[in-house]
Amino acid sequence: MAQLKVGDFSLDLDEDGFIQQPEKWDKNVALALAETEGVNELSEKHWKLVNYLREYYQKFGVAPMIRKVCKDTNMKLNEIYELFPSGPAKGACKVAGLPKPTGCV
Amino acid sequence: MSEDLKPDQLEYYKQESLLKVDYRPPATDWMQTPTAMRPGAFIYSAKPKNIEYIDFPNARNWAPIDEDWKLPTNWKEIVIQGIRERLDKYRSFKVFMDICVRCGACADKCHFYIGGGDPKNMPVLRAELLRSIYRNDFTTAGKLLGRMVGARPLTIDVIKEWFFYFYQCTECRRCSVFCPYGIDTAEITMMARELLHLLGIGVNWIMEPVASCYRTGNHLGIQPHGLKDTLEFFAEDIEEVTGVKVEVPMNKKGAEVLFVTPSGDFLADPGTYTAMGYMALFHEIGLDYTFSTYASEGGNFGLFTSADMMKRLNSKIYAEAKRLGVKWIMGGECGHMWRVLHQYMDTMNGPADFLEVPVSPMTGTRFEHARSTKMIHIAEFTADLIKHGKLKLDPSRNDCRRVTFHDSCNPSRAMGMLEEPRYVLKNVCRNFFEMPPNTIREQTFCCGGGAGLGTDENMEMRLRGGLPRGNAVRHVQEKHGVNQLAACCAIDRATLTTVCDFWAPGVKVTGITELVANALVMKGEGDRKLNFRKEPMRGEEDGHV
Repeated sequence: MAQLKVGDFSLDLDEDGFIQQPEKWDKNVALALAETEGVNELSEKHWKLVNYLREYYQKFGVAPMIRKVCKDTNMKLNEIYELFPSGPAKGACKVAGLPKPTGCV
Repeated sequence: MSEDLKPDQLEYYKQESLLKVDYRPPATDWMQTPTAMRPGAFIYSAKPKNIEYIDFPNARNWAPIDEDWKLPTNWKEIVIQGIRERLDKYRSFKVFMDICVRCGACADKCHFYIGGGDPKNMPVLRAELLRSIYRNDFTTAGKLLGRMVGARPLTIDVIKEWFFYFYQCTECRRCSVFCPYGIDTAEITMMARELLHLLGIGVNWIMEPVASCYRTGNHLGIQPHGLKDTLEFFAEDIEEVTGVKVEVPMNKKGAEVLFVTPSGDFLADPGTYTAMGYMALFHEIGLDYTFSTYASEGGNFGLFTSADMMKRLNSKIYAEAKRLGVKWIMGGECGHMWRVLHQYMDTMNGPADFLEVPVSPMTGTRFEHARSTKMIHIAEFTADLIKHGKLKLDPSRNDCRRVTFHDSCNPSRAMGMLEEPRYVLKNVCRNFFEMPPNTIREQTFCCGGGAGLGTDENMEMRLRGGLPRGNAVRHVQEKHGVNQLAACCAIDRATLTTVCDFWAPGVKVTGITELVANALVMKGEGDRKLNFRKEPMRGEEDGHV
């Protein structure tokens, strides 16, 4: 199983590079995950999105629907792709430490 | 982002290369041809936490590309015993193992064979992967003559081959339409998957939804407060588009109807627009209905796992109907859910004698065909409303849509719902075009992502399996300018979006009820300038073609 090294500890990653212990997420984990996505710096806008996803996840235990993300953060979908080229689910949610949504999606 | 594309990305694939399908079989006999597990063509293994959650055996970390799959030491005994039990339990399984004469009528009917050319995706040969073991251990001829009569011993390589090919079957049953004996190949795949689960072999794209559904009532793991938040969000958007405030009934005791739809409609576009459509429609006709946070999933990935798992997940629907005291149940636009509801539910978790035969409160129509299950499909309900003139519709509101209809495998082949969706569509939009006859109705081609195969790491097989459908869409796109594919299934709405982007770019996917809601003239509505996607209703396309 692949590992993500963050400072002096490491986290298990699944095949798509999502962390397996969401409770261990912190800002350093986010930075390390962002690097795996080819995003080497997180701007204020990146953090706004990541923090929004994180808060939603902590409240509801799942990822929000993309339209809700756009509405609540006031960002258009293409802006999200500019921030995280893999998109809201595979990019932004991954960096925010959320699991990958599975089902009829 | 790195320019290095990976096999789980759509952009990795090119039409020209996937169109070069090599139909020549390998030089070696099929029993001697090893299984090549290649990225893009298999699905990740189930995570141990999901296997543990539902008390399945042998939870562990493993990967299909590993040499050692970490099976129990008595794995062979487990599988043979598993076959024996199923032969005793299911007469159909025994018949399907014995009856095939290998006529080949099914051979070229599978979308994966058509788009991939691998002979083991011919339904007859896929079944033979299991039948050969059955012959070896359960028939006299096989025990005596072995290979001469198509028998072979069970080995680890056979298990790996089963995993690869029984997760390259979407249980769509197109091949069964052409089988002169009526062999239900989906049932053979179901048996093989059950046997694999006895060893702890499953895929995460199925087992995570199964575990989530068992825990929270839906595949996506949406909890009650999350569903409330989502439906309220939909209601806000409906008000923004129509000017009409709709109610959000949840867990409402004594409601007349329990409404159950796939949870994909609560998360993923374009299904979310269809979910909004349900709410707008029910508000307009004044239906006394409720969503449930307990039975919050129409789909049933247990169907793709085992009969017992399907039963465990399905039991929530009747239990909730009873708890809430509803009269009958209505189901939304989900595909495989209708095989479970229409063919298994009443005998599996019924009889639902505490419910009434569904009667439309608006038209008085009694849905006699559902007198056993007590559950009807929204397309039949809506078709009946339209037939009785109960909806005020302005189909010109969908004029910028040139629509075709994809029959989802299970509503068409497992419940015979062929006319109702078409009747609805023709009443809510004025530009409707059929795809060629051998690709629709009971001969419909699968989306390529059903039965739990719709995940991105399986992208090559999804695109190959999506080729026949994509090709038919492309045909009506070129001939009639079709720009919208309507489908009454959440897996379709998710996976056909990818299939269309690849094989017929420019065609967008929608549900039926989204188009109904666009055309629906609502009491007290404002000036309807936007459709449910907040795009200009009548004007030009917004450029995102």
